[in-house]
This record gives sequence, C-alpha cells and structure tokens, in this order.
Amino acid sequence: MKITDTVVKNIADLTQLTFDKRELASFSTSMSEILELVEQMQQVDTTGVEPMSNPLDATQRLREDVVTEENQRETYQGIAPETEDGIYLVPKVIE
Amino acid sequence: MAWETVIGLEIHVQLNTKSKIFSGASTEFGAEPNTQACAVDLGLPGVLPVVNAEVYPKAVAFGLGVGASISKISAFDRKNYFYPDLPKGYQITQMDKPIVLGGSVDIPLADGTLKQVNITRAHLEEDAGKSLHEEFQQSTGIDLNRAGTPLLEIVSEPDMRSAKEAVAYAKYIHQLVTYLGVSDGNMAEGSLRCDANVSIRPSGTTEMGTRTETKNVNSFRFLERAINFEVQRQQQVLESGGRIVQETRLFDPDRDETRPMRSKETAMDYRYFPEPDLLPVKIDEAFIAEVKNSMPELPREKAARFANQYQLTQADAQVLAADPDLANYFEDTVQHCHDAKTTGNWVRVELLARLNRDDIHITDLALSAEQFGILLSRISDKTISGKIAKDILDALWQGEAQSVDEYIEKNDLKQVSDSGSLAPLIEKIIADNPKQAEQYRQGKTKLLGFFVGQVMKETAGKANPQQVNELVRTKLS
Amino acid sequence: MTMHERSIVQQLDDLHSGKYSAVELTRHYLDRIQRHEALNCYITVLEEKALAGANAADSARAEGQNHLLGGIPIAHKDIFCTEGIKTSAGSKMLDSFIAPYDATVVAKLAAAGVVTLGKTNMDEFAMGSSNETSFYGPVRNPWDTTRVPGGSSGGSAAAVAAGLCSAATGTDTGGSIRQPSAHCGITGLKPTYGRISRWGMIAFASSLDQAGPMARTAEDAALLLQVMSGSDSLDSTSLDEPVPDYRADLTRSLEGLRIGLCEDFFATGLEADSEQVIQEAITVFEQLGAKISRVALPHIAQSIPAYYVIAPAEASANLSRFDGIRFGYRCENPSNLEDLYSRSRSEGFGEEVKRRIMIGAFTLSTGYYDAYYRKAQQIRRLIKIDFQTAFEQVDILLGPTSPQPAFKQGEKTDDQVAMYLQDIYTIAGNLAGLPAMSIPAGFSSKLPVGVQLIGNYMQEGRILNAAHQFQQQTDWHLRSPGAVGAGD
Repeated sequence: MKITDTVVKNIADLTQLTFDKRELASFSTSMSEILELVEQMQQVDTTGVEPMSNPLDATQRLREDVVTEENQRETYQGIAPETEDGIYLVPKVIE
Repeated sequence: MAWETVIGLEIHVQLNTKSKIFSGASTEFGAEPNTQACAVDLGLPGVLPVVNAEVYPKAVAFGLGVGASISKISAFDRKNYFYPDLPKGYQITQMDKPIVLGGSVDIPLADGTLKQVNITRAHLEEDAGKSLHEEFQQSTGIDLNRAGTPLLEIVSEPDMRSAKEAVAYAKYIHQLVTYLGVSDGNMAEGSLRCDANVSIRPSGTTEMGTRTETKNVNSFRFLERAINFEVQRQQQVLESGGRIVQETRLFDPDRDETRPMRSKETAMDYRYFPEPDLLPVKIDEAFIAEVKNSMPELPREKAARFANQYQLTQADAQVLAADPDLANYFEDTVQHCHDAKTTGNWVRVELLARLNRDDIHITDLALSAEQFGILLSRISDKTISGKIAKDILDALWQGEAQSVDEYIEKNDLKQVSDSGSLAPLIEKIIADNPKQAEQYRQGKTKLLGFFVGQVMKETAGKANPQQVNELVRTKLS
Repeated sequence: MTMHERSIVQQLDDLHSGKYSAVELTRHYLDRIQRHEALNCYITVLEEKALAGANAADSARAEGQNHLLGGIPIAHKDIFCTEGIKTSAGSKMLDSFIAPYDATVVAKLAAAGVVTLGKTNMDEFAMGSSNETSFYGPVRNPWDTTRVPGGSSGGSAAAVAAGLCSAATGTDTGGSIRQPSAHCGITGLKPTYGRISRWGMIAFASSLDQAGPMARTAEDAALLLQVMSGSDSLDSTSLDEPVPDYRADLTRSLEGLRIGLCEDFFATGLEADSEQVIQEAITVFEQLGAKISRVALPHIAQSIPAYYVIAPAEASANLSRFDGIRFGYRCENPSNLEDLYSRSRSEGFGEEVKRRIMIGAFTLSTGYYDAYYRKAQQIRRLIKIDFQTAFEQVDILLGPTSPQPAFKQGEKTDDQVAMYLQDIYTIAGNLAGLPAMSIPAGFSSKLPVGVQLIGNYMQEGRILNAAHQFQQQTDWHLRSPGAVGAGD
C-alpha cells in the first residue's frame, strides 16, 4: 500500500500530530515500506479464524463496588502543566 | 408540503454505583472539582482499568426490563478521539459486543393509547469529565470528577414521530431505570442525558432524510423544545430549497435554539478496536436468572396484575403502574380503603391533577396513604359525599387538616342521610319553586338535578346525593 | 572475584556472612556507574536513596530480618513508575514526569528488600531494537561501545553486563528483554503474559507488554521472577494463579527433556556464526540428556507483519493520553486547543514513536480495519495454535534470539524495516503470550550470542531449569565485557 502525503496528513490530524513538508515526505515513504512488510499477511488464508485480541483465553476478573480511592488532587495536580483552583486549564474552547 | 418527523434517541443513564466503572473513585455528586478523579480516571501513565462488578446486574436488569436479549459475551472497545475532558484520548465503551440487544417499550401517550418504541441496543461505557467554559477568562477548565462514571447508553430505533412522543419515551425510560433501581434518575445532576437524532421527510415517503444529532439535552422540557426547534429549522431549510447537513448540534436553552457544535472532534473516525486492558466477560444463564429473581415487578407485569386484582380498567392500571412510586402509593391507599376502584380513580384523577399542578412528585407528598385511604373510605361508607371529599383533600393538601375523621367531625361535614330532617327541607324547596315543580310533573324530568342542587346548596353539600335524589323524586310524583 | 561479578545468590551469601555490607555493595555499584557513565545506561541515578536503602537493608539484616533480596542493588527500566522519582519512558514527553505511585513490580521488589540504584535508559516508550530512539541518547554496548546494546531494555541489559547493578527489570513487547540480553550476554526472561502485573508500567502495546527480570544467571532470574510474579487486583489481565517456587525446579535433570527446533528459525537471515553458536548449544543440551526434534510453526513468518499492526494499533491509543493537559510535556504558549495538542505531541514525541502512532491509527481507520487489524488478530490466533500444536510434541522450543549479534550504532536507523526484522525470532512469543528467555551461548566476532528458550504457558520453571542446567555446563554467562574492565 502506497501512502500519500494526503493520507499522512489525515492520519496526523486524527492523532494530533503535525509534520512539516519534509517530514510528510519521509513519513509517507517509511509508512509505505512498513505497510508493504505488513501486507505479507494477505498471503495467509484466515477465512473462519476467530480474531484473537488477547493471548489469555480467560475472562475478566471484576472489582467489588467499593470506594477505595481518596482525594489526591494536590499530588496529581502537582505534576500538571497548568491548574487553577483545583481545575485543569486548557486554551479556551468555543463550543 | 406536509412533513413527517423521525426521531431516535440515545439516552445516557448514569448507573447508581458507589464507585466508578473502572476505578475505586467515588461517584458521589457535588464534590470539589477533581477531588474524585483518581489516577485511573485521570489516565496517568501506567494505570489500568478494572471493571466494577456492579454494572453487570444493573445493565442486565435494564435489558430484561425491556425484553431484550443479553449478550453471553460482553466486551469493551476503545473509541478514539481527542477532547480535554476525555483524559485517555479514548473512551472505553462497547461497540462490537454490547451487553443488551433489542427489546422494546410501550409508551402511554396523552390520548390514552400505547406506542411501541424499539430499542436497538444498550451498552456500558464510561462518562467523560466536564468542560467549564464560563469560569475562566482565557481558558477552559476541566473537572474530571465525572470521568469514569458508569453509563448505560440506550439507543432507540428511529420510531418516534413527534417531540411529544420522544419526551414520553424519555420519561418512560427514566421511570423504568429509576424503578429498576439501576439509576437514581436525578436529572438535575446529569443522571439522564439525551442525544436526539432528528430528521424529516415528506409525509407518505419512507426514505429517511438526513439527520442531525442534538447532543446532551438534560431535561424533558429542553428535549421537547430542542426537537421542535430542529424540526422547524429543517422544514425551513428544505422548503427554501436547501439541504440538511449531517452534523452534531447543541441546544442552547437561553436562546431556545440548536446550533452546530464548533469544537467537535476534528475528525469522526473513531478507530474502534477491542480494549486490550480488559478481557471479555461471560454472562451465563444462572447470572441472568439471579438478576431476574431480584428484580421488582415490571410496569407491564404490574399493570396486568392491577387490572386483574383490583378490577381496574386497562387504562387506569397502566397509568397507575407506570410510575412505581405512584403504584406503591395506590397499593398503600388500598390497604386503608378497600374500594380499589374508587382508589384507582381518585389516585389517577384527583391526586395526579394536584401533583401535576403543584409540580411535586408522589414521593415528596406530605399526605400519607393512610389518611388518603381513610378519606376515600368515608366516601364508600357514605359518611361524606364526593364533593365534600374533594374539599377535605384540598384541606389535607394545604396542611389545614391532619386527620380526616377529626376534620369531618370538627367542621360538621357528615352527610345528612336522615330522611326525617331532609324531607321538610325538600318540601319547602318544592313549595318555593312551583313553576319548576309543575314542569317536572309534565315530563321535564331533567329538572330533578335543579331540585337536588338546591338541596345540596342548602345543606352545604352534606346531604347524601343519592338519598336526596330518591326523596325529591318521591315528593314530586 | 569482585563484588559485581558475583551473582545475586552469591551476593546474598556474602551479605549474610558479612563479607561486605549492602552499603559497600551499593557504593561499589555507584562508583562503577559513575566511571562508566559513557555507556549511558542510566537516565536517573538515585545515589542518596540507594545508600539510604542499603543502610536500611544492613540494619534489617543485623536485626535478623531475612528479606528474599535484602540489600541487593538493582535498577529499574525507566518505564516502571517509581513514586517521587522521575519516570521518563525515554521520552522528552515525560522528562518532567515525577510518578505519583509505584508500579506493582517496583513495590514488590522494594518489599523484598532490594536497593534501587536508579532508572535505566531505554528506547522511547520501548519502541526500538537498538536503544537509539531514547531522548537521553543511545546506550553503548559494553562489549563494543561502537555497537548498540539492543532494545528496548538496552540500558538494563548493558547495566547488568557492565556490572553496574546486580540485576535489572525490563519489559518485553516484541523482544525488548530477550534481544538486548542476547546482545549484552546476559540472561533475560519474558514470562507468560499476565504472570507479572502491568500496573504502573507505562503501556506500549497492552496485549503484548510483559515485565521480566534481566540478570547474570538463570538462578538469579528465577529469584527475581519469584518476587515479581503474582496476581494483582490493579491489573485484571494479571493471571490469577499461584506462583510456584521457581528455584525448586532448577536442579532437575534434563534427562528426557523434549526440545523442539523450529525449522523456520534456522532458514533465512540467521548469521552463520550465530547459527554455529546455537548448534553448539544444542549439543550441550543433548549431552545433558535432552531429546532434540524438529517442529513446524507454519505461521511464524507472519509474526512480524501481524505484530507491526497490533503493536502500533494499541500504541496509537495508549499514547493519546500524552496531550499536555494533566502531566508531561506541554508546548510553550499554545494559541488554541488544537495547537496545544499537536505541538505538545509533535515536540514531545520522537520520530519512531510518531511513526508507530501513525501506522497504528492508519490500520484502525475506516476501510482498513478488516484488512489490517482484524487480519493481524486472526494470524495471531494461528500463531498461537501453531505453538499449542508444537507443545503437544515437545516441552520447550529452542532457537536463536536475534539474527546476528549487536550491530553498529546508526547502522539501521534509516531503515525501519531492517530494524523491525531484528525481532523476527522473539515476536511470536509475545503474540502468543508464551514465556521465553535468552541466555548467553557463545560469541560471534567477540560479540555475545544468545539462545532463546520458549516454554508453554506458565512453564517459566521449565525454561529456567533448562537454562540453569545449561549454565552449570557452560561459562558464557560468566564472561565479562572487556570494555568495562572486569577486574576492578
């Protein structure tokens, strides 16, 4: 699969990344090469094979409905770039 | 041109668990911002979700409540998009294997008919946090207390044809989840929020028009207004030769309008894939049976029982059974007034009218079922007339009366059933109205009401209307 | 023999008999870390904390407390969260991130009495096979400092090999413990998926990531695994199975052990000298009584293609939380939200990380999911079935860890596909979730070569047993790299 600069641009938008012109070109080349490698999968007939998301064929262990967490706002916001009055701040969003 | 409106709703119901769906943080409402957002809710590096067991019986109860099928394997997926109130950059939700599939509900409409609305699916997911747009000058604030709150998203088929039907459906779902005890149903606290998918098409056609999705409507009143606005807007666009743009809109209650969301996710490719941090959950028959056994009687079952046990009409039974609290009040009242028919009638007509008028819910009513039952039994045992009973009900309502019997006694409201004291009064009224008496005797029997009315007026409503009827008829013949 | 050439088991004896104290041992390592700073093994060295920890360990020992690893100085890969200590994952994105909690692995090892020397260098977010993608610069291979140590746990592998810690933790998503262990001549084990809790381990690909020990001997690895393993209520994918006594099995004879050789592992791409080393290792196992047979793993060739869909896909979502809002790098003066997101992420992530995010997002996007992601998950199942079939015939599988020994710095940085192919022998173990380890088995052009042992689910004890018996017959694991002066 040949990846064009436009595809790179679209995926970059989805993933919140930005690339300059040079990077766009280099990413489209390397992504194309990687996808070529990946496409070897198509040689295998997987008709009827159940996809496997996890190596464990186990089912989920669940958690009892109890409150175990205490307020640690100060600790957690100590590592935040910008907060005010206990609230995380981002540039103004207009809805 | 005549248009038909097509509405489907996505209702997000907050499940009433103590802790969040994937973490041990509290879900209690009203805490200081970010004090109930733990490392998992914040999506800090290295954290992992662990599912709260309590969401399964609740989701299954809802599924059984709408007659849906319950998935034997229920798994979570990641839905990827960026938004500041979505800490991980993906929402853990159920795309491929939702826990509830199918089902339907019967909605009582204003005209007394029932409307069936089909349910596509209901799935478990985590709520996002809250963006605070007004609090800061240059910034938007993010409070993540709500992030990770368990939600059941109930998706309907596009079965509703008017804003009123949509509201009736939403109200019904609200009642059902509250009744099943899966949600506290507190709308002011955001426990139930609707996304309305609205489109219109020329009447008589079957092809779906382009729809818009109005997001996050958190009251029934707003839902009705948002849909009505959207229907009118779409009509104007189409009638002036325009085209509807498929988009996400927001309802602005201050301006009473919907408008496109400007800040919605830049792209709509959510790239769903199975959540690798969580394994599938198997839901077996034994578990489903256990949930079923612990479920309260469903509205449909209750209505059937009411009609049968209390000899109520189907319509009365459905109205009484629709709201579990109202149904309980009715049954409590019947304990004190054994005339279920009268009780049903009075709860449905007199009580509901007053509750609606004063906008209070049955659970907040000061009047006890016991006193209400005693009041109704005084009608049945002919101590008072229905008219007097209504006055007493008002007095009880206003808090002017506490005990029905004391109030009757004190205000001398017992109806006069004694023919010895009524007979002279009736004779006097006939004598005072010779013209009417003559006309009655000549066959204008409708005038019976006139005489009865006069008697009731003179006795301040205390006379037993049936007895007055008989006595007047005898005296005039 | 100097302190750092002793195994953990020997060091514990020495500490117990009072040959030296934990403080002396710790100081010895701290000195060596400073002396060999040029290897760039550590991102953070915790001198004060380590000495305080060593002091506490000495006191505890004096009071008669016998912790399983009391006073043993180890290092953590900088992917494990350490409370109050910078946890960078080798990324500029987390250069300022002080973790507010300990990873379960860190907490368990601390409870067993280890002294934490510091945090080791790694490929950024564990994405790399050469340790050249680290924000903190490449790690150098102590056997030849012009070469890479392998990756992504390259700092841990090089630190163990160079005698800059008694052992280290690592993580393995596609070979990140085994491949650097092979390149640095140490013993590294990736357990069964779920054997060790992932809580507090910064995620790369959640369904593949697994922590494990990196040590000088199989016996040390068994000891560390003993402490690190176990079910964790904070990780619902952790296995709810009891932890056996891994050391109890080490001395078992290999008489009759059925070892399978996968033909595809020896087909193409394997360097001749490395193949020679593997063949000699096979001979040793035969001498130990093992029975060698050939097994087929027909879909093994598809493991790299499948992996380079699954791992980037999971990574693309796992790395979305790095958005400059709640922690980590935020760009300067963002003009609006989009700008905050895209500049923080574009400036905070290195090129390889961005490439994997992009590949992952692409394979999940509308129209491509079935052809890429779903297909990869189907192949994953076929690979698992291949292994299950093989394990009906043999007890363990044996093969190379890496196609050739450590390559030159910069040799493959411009050719991603060539770099990705470095993991050709290790990836299948991650896709299937099987335990696998690499042990030193010889040299190719004076560079260490590793042999890989793969076990069936939960059979860590079995491969550790084979490795230990092999190490009783050979001394490859005792060789020290010349570049770091073994004698001092």
